[in-house]
Amino acid sequence: MLASIAGRDNVVVRGARVLDPVERLDATLDVRIDDGVIAQIGEQLETNEHRVVDAAGCTLVPAFIDPHVHLRTPGREDEETLASGTAAAAAGGYCAILAMPNTDPVVDDADVLRGLRARAASEAHVPVGFFAAITKGQEGEELAELGALADAGAVGFTDDGRPVATAGVMRRALQYNAITGRPIAVHCEEQTLTRGGHAHAGAVAAELGIGGWPSLGESLMVARDVDLAADTRQPLHLLHLSARESVDHLRRAHANSVRATAEVTPHHLCLTDEAVRTLDPNVKMNPPLRTDDDRAALLDALRDGTIAAVATDHAPHAAEEKDVPFEAAPFGVVGLETAFSALYTHLVEPGLLSLETLLERMSAGPAAIYGLDRPRIAVGASANLTLLDLNASWRVRAERLRSLSRNSWLLGRRIHGRVTLTIAAGRVVHG
Amino acid sequence: MSDLRVVGGDLVPPRRERRHLLSIADLDRADVERLLATARSFALSQERDTKKLPTLRGRLVVNLFYESSTRTSSSFELAAKRLSADTLTVRSSGSSVDKGESLKDTALTLSAYGPDVIVLRHPEAGAAELVARTTEARVVNAGDGKHQHPTQALLDLYTLREAFGRLDGLQVAIVGDVAHSRVARSLVQALRLVGAEAILVGPPTLLPNSLAPVSHDIGSIADADVVYVLRMQRERMLAGANFVPSLREYTERWGITPERLRPGQRVMHPGPMNRGVEIDTQVADSDASLIVDQVRAGLVVRMAVLYDLLTAGPVAVETAVGVA
Repeated sequence: MLASIAGRDNVVVRGARVLDPVERLDATLDVRIDDGVIAQIGEQLETNEHRVVDAAGCTLVPAFIDPHVHLRTPGREDEETLASGTAAAAAGGYCAILAMPNTDPVVDDADVLRGLRARAASEAHVPVGFFAAITKGQEGEELAELGALADAGAVGFTDDGRPVATAGVMRRALQYNAITGRPIAVHCEEQTLTRGGHAHAGAVAAELGIGGWPSLGESLMVARDVDLAADTRQPLHLLHLSARESVDHLRRAHANSVRATAEVTPHHLCLTDEAVRTLDPNVKMNPPLRTDDDRAALLDALRDGTIAAVATDHAPHAAEEKDVPFEAAPFGVVGLETAFSALYTHLVEPGLLSLETLLERMSAGPAAIYGLDRPRIAVGASANLTLLDLNASWRVRAERLRSLSRNSWLLGRRIHGRVTLTIAAGRVVHG
Repeated sequence: MSDLRVVGGDLVPPRRERRHLLSIADLDRADVERLLATARSFALSQERDTKKLPTLRGRLVVNLFYESSTRTSSSFELAAKRLSADTLTVRSSGSSVDKGESLKDTALTLSAYGPDVIVLRHPEAGAAELVARTTEARVVNAGDGKHQHPTQALLDLYTLREAFGRLDGLQVAIVGDVAHSRVARSLVQALRLVGAEAILVGPPTLLPNSLAPVSHDIGSIADADVVYVLRMQRERMLAGANFVPSLREYTERWGITPERLRPGQRVMHPGPMNRGVEIDTQVADSDASLIVDQVRAGLVVRMAVLYDLLTAGPVAVETAVGVA
């Protein structure tokens, strides 16, 4: 399902704290990778002719998977390319990413999808999975050829960026999708409630005079879609949840054995709508940043597994698009290169989330949702590994980002924990 | 759950080094008092035969207006001229903006002339912040979207103090379309800053409930010292908006008529007025009206703002006027 990358490396990572929460592994060890496969885990391993990485004081973990990335290709290669986006992913510790289909043209046609997968095989630095659209042109009206798209390698289906507005179309999509076995992922937004909205419809937006995008604009759609998933007995994935009410609906769905999964972004976990007071277009996202209470609900849900994955919703925008008044700016921020460090700094260090849980939600969690091989530190597994220096801190600088776009909410900020090495599908792709 | 606000604290923006007037939130009470005092001394200067002061000679004030405006643009231009500054007024229509030039590029272009102050009016919230970020000039927000219009609030405070001799404890009922009003947002903040109280009165669909106490009953203006009437825009009744069913219904329920005012109550309006809609023409022209005083205050308050931004530290008011 993932477009593979070429090359397999021989590496020995020496003396790291080797931490794989799912494998219940946490010890200071060497890891030897022969031809891209973990061959041995132990002490004082032979290095042969392998590249040796001295990792004393660092932490070796299963590499991350980002289930929600906008690569802007085809159509806006000035904002991101397969090469730049996956280089950013490698720098952020990701061994695989899933790309959204809201490109130009939309990925709603098997030939477009096959073309992208072929290009990714030669241009991408890490394996990429491609979503296809649920409806033709993401118009929310006619179903795309889900069967043909699944056969061509779609990792899942989504109209992300916009909702499937009508319940009838959404229900048909879920029913028909039973033939593919690939998840449908939904961007929950009731647009009659969010039109003209630029920030969470709360006290901050009211005070600033900025059009409100209410929590209900998301949660009403979450309620509809989990009910449709229950009705059709089909699995459903909820993209980028932002509101407490949405989490509440999801919990009720789980209690009723509905197969619904969900993801949350680093920015919704780290920021609240208070940040909007700066009127900085780099804190403008869809869905918008919400309140402390929403943030606490998202964090609780991530902690207890109700929300199974962290997703960056990496959304590159050209500088000239973001260098405009807040209300005129497009939604979205980049996140691949900063996701782990932002969450480590703002959640793990203050004691709000354990490192183990964060690692699981950034790797095994997203893998399970899309049926991908779980990155794991075990003999015989393909090497998908990330080396972290948790004592390092760094300042996020626009000119150092690998992404072609610099619309990060973290510009100028110092964050802790640094990715020093990434091995994806057996190949060193960063460090 | 430990304290999530740890992160929020980290995100408080650093204090700006250059001074701008982007929002009433940029000011503290001492700033307001200083500005009002400066405005008052400028008002005295305006009673003389020679109204021009040499204070800002050689300075350049650029007025950049992306929305139509009579009061604000004319008073900023005149304020700069009365202080002997050079002025340059650029309007979006008939300029490169018509050719699709972005706000950032227009601001950078005008910056090449080395303006000391850029006065900006723009339909989108955050426009003044953008210009403050991207140019070296001091920026005065002359209205951005529904966000802020700080000089309007300052001239309203000036008008109130002239009329009542105080600000502390004044009760101001703001009536009408608060939701779409940058004037109301700035005014509510400014009133709070000086110890006055605001209540918001109007249709439920047009009153945010987190800014100040709200009432949907026009009778609740009775206790107010001042009734501050907001402009009711026709586009709010269009299909797809539906904030109120009709202008007629609005006027019947919330229009300010002589019968709805009690003796001694004063009336303000930021203009432009829709006579017969939100305000009865008799009220607008009555002795209760402070509307012309507001316009007059606009000039001296804007003189004070320009002066204050271009002189470091607390203003030596006597010097400012004494040099005339």
